[in-house]
Amino acid sequence: MSGKRTLLTGAHFLNGDVACAEGAIAAGCRFFGGYPITPATEIAEHLSQRMPEFGGIYVQMEDEIASMAAVIGASYSGLKAMTATSGPGFSLMQENIGLAIMTETPCVVVDIMRGGPSTGQPTLPGQQDVMQAKWGSHGDYGIIALSPSSVQEMFNLTIEAFNLSETYRVPTLLMGDEIVAHMWEKVVIPPADKIRTVNRKKPNVSREEYKPFMPDDDLVPPMACFGEGYRFHATGLTHNERGYPQTSSSEVQSTLVRRLCEKISKNADKIIQVEEVMLDDADIAVVAYGIVARSALSAVRKARDVGIKAGLLRLITLWPFPEEQVARIAKQVKAIVMPEMNCGQLVREVERAAKEKPVAFLSKLGEDPHTPKEILEVIRRSC
Amino acid sequence: MVEQMMEHPFLKYLRSAMIPHIWCPGCGNGIVLNCFVHALDELQVDLDNLVVVSGIGCIGRTAGYTNTDSFHTTHGRSLAFASGVKLANPELEVVVVSGDGDLFAIGGNHFIHAARRNMGIKVICANNFNYGMTGGQQGPTTPLEALTTTSPYGNIEHPFNLVHLAAASGAIYVARWTTLHVRRLTQSIKKMLQKEGFCFIEVISPCPEIFGRYNKMRSGLEMMEWFKKASVVESFSDPAKAEITPDRLVVGEFVDIEKLSYEKLLHEKISQINEKAMEKVS
Repeated sequence: MSGKRTLLTGAHFLNGDVACAEGAIAAGCRFFGGYPITPATEIAEHLSQRMPEFGGIYVQMEDEIASMAAVIGASYSGLKAMTATSGPGFSLMQENIGLAIMTETPCVVVDIMRGGPSTGQPTLPGQQDVMQAKWGSHGDYGIIALSPSSVQEMFNLTIEAFNLSETYRVPTLLMGDEIVAHMWEKVVIPPADKIRTVNRKKPNVSREEYKPFMPDDDLVPPMACFGEGYRFHATGLTHNERGYPQTSSSEVQSTLVRRLCEKISKNADKIIQVEEVMLDDADIAVVAYGIVARSALSAVRKARDVGIKAGLLRLITLWPFPEEQVARIAKQVKAIVMPEMNCGQLVREVERAAKEKPVAFLSKLGEDPHTPKEILEVIRRSC
Repeated sequence: MVEQMMEHPFLKYLRSAMIPHIWCPGCGNGIVLNCFVHALDELQVDLDNLVVVSGIGCIGRTAGYTNTDSFHTTHGRSLAFASGVKLANPELEVVVVSGDGDLFAIGGNHFIHAARRNMGIKVICANNFNYGMTGGQQGPTTPLEALTTTSPYGNIEHPFNLVHLAAASGAIYVARWTTLHVRRLTQSIKKMLQKEGFCFIEVISPCPEIFGRYNKMRSGLEMMEWFKKASVVESFSDPAKAEITPDRLVVGEFVDIEKLSYEKLLHEKISQINEKAMEKVS
């Protein structure tokens, strides 16, 4: 695109996949391993061109299982690494997303959601993978998932995803959808020195003292990489702080798995981002995320035009779920309206956080997200 | 005079905290590890620069036993993981030690593609003809008619010829030995460690406790006697004809060629593009 080893600082007209790829470059990502899949392929295509300009690696693996495994390997070799896919590939990646969780590997997985299940509708949008993002791999764990609503956010949140994954040593998921990925919008890319990037913390002890899975107070262990002389071991088996397998100790299992959950849940305040619009005096709150939040905002404005005090709670972070934020808003409004492009996934979390407050769910599947009019109709009925 | 404890000269290659190992009496995995460690010692390999990667299975514990940077992946994914390691830091020596089921059943796709790309990974495969860790099920190398816990009436699946598969997939070094051939195996590992590109050594390894139990070779010694009786060294013969039968077990080196490795081609390309990209900036 530029043929230069510089960020594309300035204002551009880009699609979401390209904005995501540029965000990865800006975040310091220097390894991309992936497999072509609609509607995420343009991320791979763009990075196959841009990565070498920055001395980074683009490799097309034989499938999504291998892509995710290679990303973990590259991260352990010290590079910021990512992959990008869509539903069918996201399913295949779950195995090694689990390995990344267990081995506390910083990495970013972009899932551009399309219609499922199975091959579904490759060129149409969906929000059907948000529960898979939380529960897709077996076992208990904490994870971070972000939801961009615009092409600008495909850029910004990709950087944020890297920063969070490096901070918490956890795979961080960017849950886009076909519309934000293929839509063209203005994107402003700041100069490199104005972009905040985070690198994983390194150990400052000797080889003998280094315990690769001994956490600091923030529950995150410092990370050595291969070739740095620490000669450490990592495994997908339950392991102690040295990284050695402990397959029959209940205590080690309990300590490790609880920490993997708690390093996210106990840091949730620092991780979670939401956007609140016109909620101060609202009677009705629309809770939405991703592309659907754009329609929801329009619906809220139309409701205000006709005298209904509506507001929008836009979830930027999906996981850890913004439970407190939803609970606080639920206390103050009469009802919640939640449109989603699935048969009812994140709405379950909203209902749980809203306690007794009624939640009107509006489901949509297929080509178009909810229209503002459709959402407005439910807002009216909920008054 | 105080008697001094002699330290085993190879102790530095092992993580003593992880020993004793999990392997059964008569298992060949210890011999494989021993030959590997001998090769490292004879070549004076820099242990800080070596990454040992294993998948799941009995031999998969090797990564944990070697005193280097090491990683124990999910089942079948050792080569895909190792590809990421090698590409991200081509200076590292990356060795995958895993089993026949891990590398050729669940991981078969990764094997053929890592070999096709000529990824600079050195692979040692302990082939024990069955899934030992889960109690002895039929796998991709189980001989026809062999009895296993999931082929109780005799195996009807044709087994892979691993050296043929590796050669056809593009490996630049291919050899097969048994755990009886410790010197030749060690020499092969040394040779492989000095090459650049995808290298593969199959080691036929006894599993008397499980595979042997069902197939009239109840002790490690009986299995070794089979290796001794049936092995014929036919180096650089056609790997397609390298059979493994009760009477004939063809071993030797089958491929030893030079071909630019993936990471070399990739990093050459990157530096050309990178240079141009830098010029445009300045």
